[in-house]
Amino acid sequence: MATNSALQRRNKRAPGILQMVLSPVVSLLSALFQGVIYIIDFVMKPLQDRLGVRGMAYVFVLPNLLIFGIFILLPMLLNFYYAFTGGTQLFPQNRPFVGLDNLTTLFTCDNFLDPNSCRDDLFWRAVFNTLGYVTLQVGTMVVLSLITAMVLNAKIVARGFFRSVFFYPVLLSPVVVALIWKWILQQNGLLNGLLVSLGGESVSFLTNAAWAQTWVIVISVWAQMGFFTLILLAGLQSIPGEYYEAAAIDGASRWQSFRSVTLPLLMPTMLVVLVLALIRAVQVFDQVFPFTGGGPGTATQYMVQYIYQTGFANQTKEYGLAAAASLVMAMFLLILTTLQLRLGRSSDAA
Amino acid sequence: MRTVLSFLTRTRGSKRLHITDLLTYAYLLLGTVIMFGPVIWLVMSSFKPQAELVRFPPRFLPYRQETATVVGYDEPLQLFTVTMEDGTTRTLAQVRRVGIEAQMIDPASPDEIIRVNINQRTPVEEVYFGLENYTEGINRFNFWQYFRNSLVVTIASTLLTLLINSMAAFALSKYKFRGRDAVLMITISTLMVPVSVILIPVFLVITEVGWNNNLLGIIVPAAATPTGVFLLRQYMLTIPDELLDSARIDGASEWRIYLQIILPLARPALAVLAIFSVMWRWNDFLWPLIVLSRSELFTLQVGLNSFQGELQVQWNLILAMTVLTLLPITFVFAFLQRYITTGIATTGMK
Repeated sequence: MATNSALQRRNKRAPGILQMVLSPVVSLLSALFQGVIYIIDFVMKPLQDRLGVRGMAYVFVLPNLLIFGIFILLPMLLNFYYAFTGGTQLFPQNRPFVGLDNLTTLFTCDNFLDPNSCRDDLFWRAVFNTLGYVTLQVGTMVVLSLITAMVLNAKIVARGFFRSVFFYPVLLSPVVVALIWKWILQQNGLLNGLLVSLGGESVSFLTNAAWAQTWVIVISVWAQMGFFTLILLAGLQSIPGEYYEAAAIDGASRWQSFRSVTLPLLMPTMLVVLVLALIRAVQVFDQVFPFTGGGPGTATQYMVQYIYQTGFANQTKEYGLAAAASLVMAMFLLILTTLQLRLGRSSDAA
Repeated sequence: MRTVLSFLTRTRGSKRLHITDLLTYAYLLLGTVIMFGPVIWLVMSSFKPQAELVRFPPRFLPYRQETATVVGYDEPLQLFTVTMEDGTTRTLAQVRRVGIEAQMIDPASPDEIIRVNINQRTPVEEVYFGLENYTEGINRFNFWQYFRNSLVVTIASTLLTLLINSMAAFALSKYKFRGRDAVLMITISTLMVPVSVILIPVFLVITEVGWNNNLLGIIVPAAATPTGVFLLRQYMLTIPDELLDSARIDGASEWRIYLQIILPLARPALAVLAIFSVMWRWNDFLWPLIVLSRSELFTLQVGLNSFQGELQVQWNLILAMTVLTLLPITFVFAFLQRYITTGIATTGMK
């Protein structure tokens, strides 16, 4: 209890200290700001006289649009060009047109369920690894986030504190997350220490394929679930309390009121969470690369790592193949988003 | 005491401490251990010397062996608790070890050498938070260089994001101009295209502009965040148009309106976006990994990743550097967690 109230007091005091330190800085900055406004006005006023008030809207939107155009829209188109050209040259003018060769390379398989029978077996391993990862990671994470959000939504002591606890790992960088867990899962690390002192045997977690795949999922759930918990918590808090009271008056049990009040009303939020989680899971790379490097063997190599290796890390840089794989991944993402949007619309209509 | 107890057990009205409440707190407790435990373990480990790190099973607190300076010996001698033949125990300092025999002396009377079997002695240890890993790590790891790069990238990119996103949001929320819907559509579509799908063409654009191996190559492409435009636009829509009209009647130019009315009023939304942008850019990994190949340009994340690759065994330094990398973001969280959590809950962005 004492620590809890101390925590609250500290939370209240923190902005005060911050303000005290910052206030001279702020007044200096605002003086500077006035000067800048004067200069900008001096430069922009003639422009506004030329373009008119509405014309200025284009000026405002231009920088953002320019960056969008150059670094997102143009690359989207260029990606197709790369996918249909070959060679190891980066500059487009040096790349020979090869038609569907890259896609054929990716999609030549005797049996699509067996990566070993494919011409580019690494790609198919990455695809299957990604599929497995996406299913298990998103499934586990959404369920755990929902449970956590419901627990945090109950009348509990120190809710703010526990909310922060679950959220904190979200802020950690993927490399830091990977190193924290790599250290714990070492051969003579904490987890093996606990296992041995409980009478078990130590396990080489990161050199065994199944274990490595499991731990990749565990650490990404650990690092991301706080974010989804927060969104679900906001969704839960927007459900009016009267609904639960009405359910209680009708004699509904906790499970019944969960099934017929919470779940249906939380559905829109759940869909948002699912889409976001799926989109992020398909792109898994950041935590895994420093964690296992894709190993052991190719057990934790996912699609983004395939693209990274093929296009950037390998000795021969096969940009065309990597771009073709990017297209496949983009299709994945497109299908997922449209599917979820459809589901969302039909559940709204129901 | 009774009030504290009744407060702690105050739940769900009629009944005290229902079984679900126990489960709730058990869940929260377990969650706290799982979420915070790994980070605390990392911090504890970072203070341990190499010898303590390879100890198995590991211990929670960092220990080091106590030493004593004895007259006649230049180096401090390690202290042991020795069980003598008659069953008594004495604290002795070890002079040297020959095979299974240790030559010990009593620090009080350093002339007499006592020979004991090495199995009869146990080291005298004290809890010691050593900073050697940190000081050595900072030198070996080139910490300040990476830190400076990360800082430059984070600050420059965040300022650029705030400026161009707010300009675009202003235009999209307060003007009716031809092409506005097209701009909105482009912004929405870029929301769906993550950088991992267009890695190769963006790399080409960066190379053409001459930003390969240049911090600008990470600062600029990421600056035009679609989430930022949407967040700010939603917020600016709530600012009444009358305010702008009356400013126009007073002769203010459009830039003056943007700088002196819109920006100050949109401060809460700008603050949320600033916090997020700092988090995104500080933690970025995949794109910097591709753009930066000269080590003096590495950001902390890329540097940390390559450091752990080359020094596979020197965990003591890696751990200390990991702690230093997560410290800044932890401070940001400690001060601003309220804004972060409400920001996510209301906008659902990350």
